[in-house]
Order: sequence, then C-alpha cells, then structure tokens
Amino acid sequence: MTETAIEAAALSKRFGRRRGPALDGCTFRLPAGRVCAVVGPNGAGKSTLLSLAAGLLRPTDGTITVLGQTPAAARERLAYVAQDKPLHPQLTVADTLRLGRELNPRRWDDRVAERIVAEGDLAPDAKIRTLSGGQRTRVALALALGKRPELLLLDEPMADLDPLARHQLMATLMADAAEHGTTVVMSSHVVAELDGACDHLLLLGAGRVRLAGPLDDLLAAHKLVTGRADASLAPHTVVESRTTGRQLTALVRPDGPLGDGWQTTAPTLEELVLAHLRAPEAPALRLDTPQEAAV
Amino acid sequence: MVEYRIDRRSGVATYVQIVQQTKQALRLGLLEPGDKLPTAREVVEATAINPNTVLKAYRELEREGLVEARRGLGTFVRRGLNTAPADSPLRTELDAWAVRAREAGLERDDVDALFTSVLDTHFKGDES
Repeated sequence: MTETAIEAAALSKRFGRRRGPALDGCTFRLPAGRVCAVVGPNGAGKSTLLSLAAGLLRPTDGTITVLGQTPAAARERLAYVAQDKPLHPQLTVADTLRLGRELNPRRWDDRVAERIVAEGDLAPDAKIRTLSGGQRTRVALALALGKRPELLLLDEPMADLDPLARHQLMATLMADAAEHGTTVVMSSHVVAELDGACDHLLLLGAGRVRLAGPLDDLLAAHKLVTGRADASLAPHTVVESRTTGRQLTALVRPDGPLGDGWQTTAPTLEELVLAHLRAPEAPALRLDTPQEAAV
Repeated sequence: MVEYRIDRRSGVATYVQIVQQTKQALRLGLLEPGDKLPTAREVVEATAINPNTVLKAYRELEREGLVEARRGLGTFVRRGLNTAPADSPLRTELDAWAVRAREAGLERDDVDALFTSVLDTHFKGDES
C-alpha cells in the first residue's frame, strides 16, 4: 500500500476565465490510512478538490497525486461518491450492485455491498427512482465500498440521512477503515457530524488551504484564552478575538507559554473550525509534514 | 467484554473516554486479568468513531501496563485496578465527613467544589 493517499502541490482549478479560481494554489499531503475531513464554507472548493482527486476534472495548474499515481491511473483503486449520488434511476437495487460487480471484476466484494444494502431494509427489486435520498446514499455507498477501494472520496455523504442511518453508515465506514486500512476523505459543512470520526483535517476557504494536518496536532496547536481586554497577546498568533466589556476571548496559536493572566482551554473541532471561518484573514497553518520541498 | 459509550459533547477527548471507561470497568471488576478487549473494528462498528482513536487508547492502556496486545489475537487485560471496596474504613470516614458537611449547611455543589479542590492539591500532576 502507498504511504501517501493524496498529495497536492500548488493545485489550482478555474472554471472559465471570468470567474475566480475554485482552487487557488493548494498544497497539502494526506497520509494513507487516515480518515480526513474536508471542511469549509459553501464555495470553498471542497467538491472541486474531490473531483480532481477522483480524476473527473483536470487541474488548471499544479499537480495532484493519488496513491502515488495520477488520478486517472489510480481510478481502479479509488471510489468516489458525488454529492448528488448519480445512479441509474431505472435500475433496481440488485441490478445496480450487479453493475458494480461487473464493472470491477477484480476487486468486487459482494458481501460488503449486500450488507450495507440489507442494513437499510432495501428491497433488492426496488427501482432506484422510487428510493428516498437517504436510501440512494446507502446504495451509492454500497457500490463504492463493494469495490474495496484503497481511497474512498465522499462528497457530503451524510447530507440527506436521518440520524440512525448516519450513525450506521459512519460505523460501516469506520469498520471498513479499521479492517482494511482504507483512507477515507469526507467533505461536509456540518462539522459536528465529523467529530470523532476523523483524525485528519483539511480546512479550505476561498479555494485555499487554511488548516491541514493531523487533527490532534492542529487542536494542540491552538488554545482558547480568556483574559482582560487591555492585556497583550503578543507574540502569539491570534486567529480570532472578541472583546466583551473588559473581557477578551480569543483563539490563539501560542508561541511559547501564555502568561498567568490568561485562562486557557483546549478548543473543540467545532470551535477551531468556526473561529477560522469567522476570521478568513487568519494565517494558514499546515502540520502535514511538508516533505515536498525535499523531493 | 466492555461496551464503550462515547459522549461527543463532554469535551473529553474520545481516546481518553475509552481509557477512563476501561479503567472504570477494571475497578468495578467488569474486566478481569485475561479478559479480551473488543477489537478496534468492534468498537467502531458500535460507536462510529475513528479506529485510530481506539488504537491510541489501547496503546495508552498498554503503556500503563494494564493491557497487552498479542499479535493477531487481540488486546488482553494484564492486571486489574485496586480500589477501596464499598465497606472500607476510608469510605466510612468519608461517609462521616459528608454527614458533617451537610450538617454544616454545605450543599452538594459546595461539597463537590471542596472535594475537587482537595483532590487537586493531593493528586496534582498524577494521571487520571
């Protein structure tokens, strides 16, 4: 298995000359075996990035490598589930799985695909067009996991699932990752649904990388501090700060120990992400071992 | 076998919750030496958390000498955790103290704060 699941260098994508870039010089590295959350506001470039990794789009500038190959060459080893879960509406559930088996003769695993469908109480002879959004997601995930991919790219996978289905499918994904070491990349703008499931974070904003790296390291690099509004936070990097009366609350990247005047707590994933979304001008932070300089 | 319950709103890191719940099971005797912990796959299938988090928790328990990983077999309990049984002299003293605290007019939260502060003084720097 390759050590790096995705590596991007100065990756850019423009759709037409008049519009701004959807992705603008993204450089990051995702090690294999991680469960990575791709987070960012609408229009940040999450879907564009996943489509580039899946080989469905070509970069305008820069490069993206997937499992050590070009995305096109790695296509057999990866699975991609688009946001709108495109499936053939006239096929039945059983037909759809048969299609998966015949299109992936060397890799297909019937048991995996059928178990995911069975968990959702889907009748094999039901036509795709009669299914609800959540049921379609289940079939699309069965198709993707049945392929036994090394890299699974999921664009907003949980958006139209009820809480129970969400829990079941997340559990299925995590079990697959535990058993086979599958790298999973999931985009979402609902941070709470990724908390606990992901161990790597890629935060995008306006087509650029804002945060990238192992989640624990990124969380450890930040502190939520509360203190007096007239106290100075230099030399620490202040991501976001708010003043209420005499009190100052801030998310900082400490550069050395914080003084005694500050009450500090560790931020949650949601607090980390929200602070960065509220402060689009805060400097980017990459902790994903920038090895590309040596290559 | 133990079953882990992950509280995402608690603010306690997920792997710490697994470590704490395992220790609690050891203290209560729900887990005994020789017992097998659930596999990472079993835990994530029940909780939908990240498998690396489970492995991190198990490594932490192994580092503390409470469990050992046997290659290809799973993770097993090495030793239990001693704790004061319900009828110990320590408990009797604490019980009497709680009665006095109540008579002195302290409320539950006051006692809680006092107890935590004393714990912090005497167990400062210890791992929980």
